Amino acid sequence: MASYSTLELAGMALAAQSTRLNTTASNLANANTVAGRPEDVYQARHPVFETVLIQAGHAGVAVREIHQEQAEPLARYQPGHPLADEQGYVYAPRVDVVEAMADMLSASRSYQSSLDMMSTTKDLLQRTLETGRG
Amino acid sequence: MPTPDPLFGALAPALRVHGERLGVLAGNIANADTPGFKARDIDFRNVLQGVQGAQLPATRTQPGHLDGGGISSVGSPTQWRVPTQPSADGNTVETPVEQAAYMDAALRYQAALRFIDGRMSSYRLAIQGS
Repeated sequence: MASYSTLELAGMALAAQSTRLNTTASNLANANTVAGRPEDVYQARHPVFETVLIQAGHAGVAVREIHQEQAEPLARYQPGHPLADEQGYVYAPRVDVVEAMADMLSASRSYQSSLDMMSTTKDLLQRTLETGRG
Repeated sequence: MPTPDPLFGALAPALRVHGERLGVLAGNIANADTPGFKARDIDFRNVLQGVQGAQLPATRTQPGHLDGGGISSVGSPTQWRVPTQPSADGNTVETPVEQAAYMDAALRYQAALRFIDGRMSSYRLAIQGS
């Protein structure tokens, strides 16, 4: 029956959006993590979503890859910092905190709508199972 | 050509089409953030006609051709949704529109279920007589 695959779709969407929430949280958490060398700096991560057909006409979603940005780190002159290099620089990731917050909001909205869909589907299935009882 | 169900008439295929539509709309909501995804929907009236075998038969010029009647899976005749506001990444899902459509499909599904339930009660009353 179609409704069972609807539950599966909702589950896939929840998994994909929670991956997005996780990567965004990781980007936010590491926005101020500095490193002593430019190549050690944290790079922002973004999941890349793709459509997966689970049966004819039913489009699920999955995370194809976690894309890691290759942005040039910000060099800060902080000679007193324990991680500073010989020139007195530490390197900070180029993470846009405002963008990450917006991403987080969008992901949590999408997560909620999938969850609503799941509970509606559950109600429908339950009613279907109870047909003819009364 | 499928014969109409003597007990439940069009209600059983209607339930199936609504269930299928719920699946398609769920796919739209699930892919709300997938770049390039095109939202789809099922035109209930057209599909139900197809399920009931009321469509005109396809012309067959070779004996090996499929007759095209009696659609077994209702998954194929979907239509693309035309977005009111196109987005830069090519995604045509508008979550509020899809949520409204999903709620609509869920209510119609429940209505069909209620009618089937009513029929069942009537038949039970007719059989048991009390």
